[in-house]
Amino acid sequence: MSFIDTIVQGVLLGSLYALFAAGLSLVFGIMRLVNLAHGDLIVLAAFLLLVLVTGLGLHPFLAALVAAPLMFGAGWALQYVLLNRTLGKDVLPPLLVTFGLSIVIQNSLLEGFSADSRRISAGALETASIGFGPVTVGFMPLLGFLSAVAVIVGLNLLIYRSAIGRAFRATSDDAVTAGLMGIRPQRIFAMATGLAMVVVTIAALYLGTRANFDPTAGPARLIYAFEAVIIGGLGSLWGTLAGGVILGVAQTLGAAVNPEWQILAGHLAFLAVLLIKPRGLFPRAVD
Amino acid sequence: MTALLETRGLKAFYGDFQALFGVDISVAKGETIAIIGANGAGKTTLMRAISGVLASDPDAILCRGKPIGALAAPDILAHGIAMVPEGRRLFPSLTVEENLLIGAYNRRGCGTWTLEGVYELFPVLRERRSNPATALSGGQQQMVAIGRALMSNPELLLCDEISLGLAPVVVRDIYAAFPRIRASGASIVIVEQDIGQALKVASRVYCMMEGRITLFGRSEELSRDQIHAAYFGAERHELH
Repeated sequence: MSFIDTIVQGVLLGSLYALFAAGLSLVFGIMRLVNLAHGDLIVLAAFLLLVLVTGLGLHPFLAALVAAPLMFGAGWALQYVLLNRTLGKDVLPPLLVTFGLSIVIQNSLLEGFSADSRRISAGALETASIGFGPVTVGFMPLLGFLSAVAVIVGLNLLIYRSAIGRAFRATSDDAVTAGLMGIRPQRIFAMATGLAMVVVTIAALYLGTRANFDPTAGPARLIYAFEAVIIGGLGSLWGTLAGGVILGVAQTLGAAVNPEWQILAGHLAFLAVLLIKPRGLFPRAVD
Repeated sequence: MTALLETRGLKAFYGDFQALFGVDISVAKGETIAIIGANGAGKTTLMRAISGVLASDPDAILCRGKPIGALAAPDILAHGIAMVPEGRRLFPSLTVEENLLIGAYNRRGCGTWTLEGVYELFPVLRERRSNPATALSGGQQQMVAIGRALMSNPELLLCDEISLGLAPVVVRDIYAAFPRIRASGASIVIVEQDIGQALKVASRVYCMMEGRITLFGRSEELSRDQIHAAYFGAERHELH
């Protein structure tokens, strides 16, 4: 196995982690809410896709198009009805509530889908690959990478170039003064979580077609997402992409040396970055 | 004639602490009034109550006779009442222009104020439009805060302590913009500690102390002695 190939596969894996992390980063950036159920929401979206694919016979990409607005609505309602009530000066209530939500989602999925490992079949696309000189890249992982970049570019455009993005940033700065401008922070937060759930749906598409998942797979995804966000620096979406890639490359390099070291190598890279730059690689200038 | 804004026996509380004890003020359409008083007199609390940041009894605040006391800040803005908050409270993540645009987030109708209009009012902001708002000098930041409030096309502009911490020459520049703001049809309430400035700008003045109105009257009819007494404690005076 060539060194370049390992790096490329690591970048592709890392872009999946960046997709896991983008929604988490968005929600944290706007309302300082750490959603401990984020990984479980990704798994929930994967099961939703599974139902659409196996139940209705939809192609996974079409299923994602159907699932995205459903997940947006679910995220909007979750934030508006439940999570908005937990926001305040105290950081503990959101942690407790989302931790509880994580358990509720896992158990509901266990109840509904049993503990079996599942997989979303993407048909012939699964085995398709493209050769770039010495390196061969799977079609789906490549698409996942391009999607991750597109998600980051799209979110950046939305946040820095649109009226709703201005409202996001203003509310994040100062919710009371935003209210004086006619912005309703509760709705802005609901919109942000809805958007995060659209990103979660995209992440679930590539999670479900790439690997097996089961109802308890969420927390591990959350860890990778967290590490990607922290490595990149809180509040920076490009940093989150970089963080995911660093994590992915570290894991594949570790696995190349010894397959048992894959997960450990990722965590070590995370700790190393924290040691050198405790605020992450690209922390936001204004905090 | 129904006043544009009226408060009737307005009370306000911070938890158990009562900050306003039955405040009555009124603002007619096109009028500029000033609210003066020492630190802690309740001026800012009054502004926060009117703008909906602090909740009050529904009937304690009336806009054209309609009770608005219980409404939240975005709904108050929808009634045409915009606030320039104390300390400016610009959004640090936004540029000058973005701060102004945020003011138009829930714009009412097609009134007079546009980005262009605000840049004509405060030309220096046009040069600094792409800077982060908090990189500006205090006076320029105050201009952004006023422009941001104007962008919603308010009928009533509440200005809370806009001269606080600014050099007199800068304060003069900012107040120089007021005739044009008035000309756009907006009524103005200014909260000031600088009595001279307040008397110059406003046609009527309310003086507050310890959460109550202690003196009110037409600017030209109030004597320095009366104001001094109302500012630092004396009996209630009324002049008409």
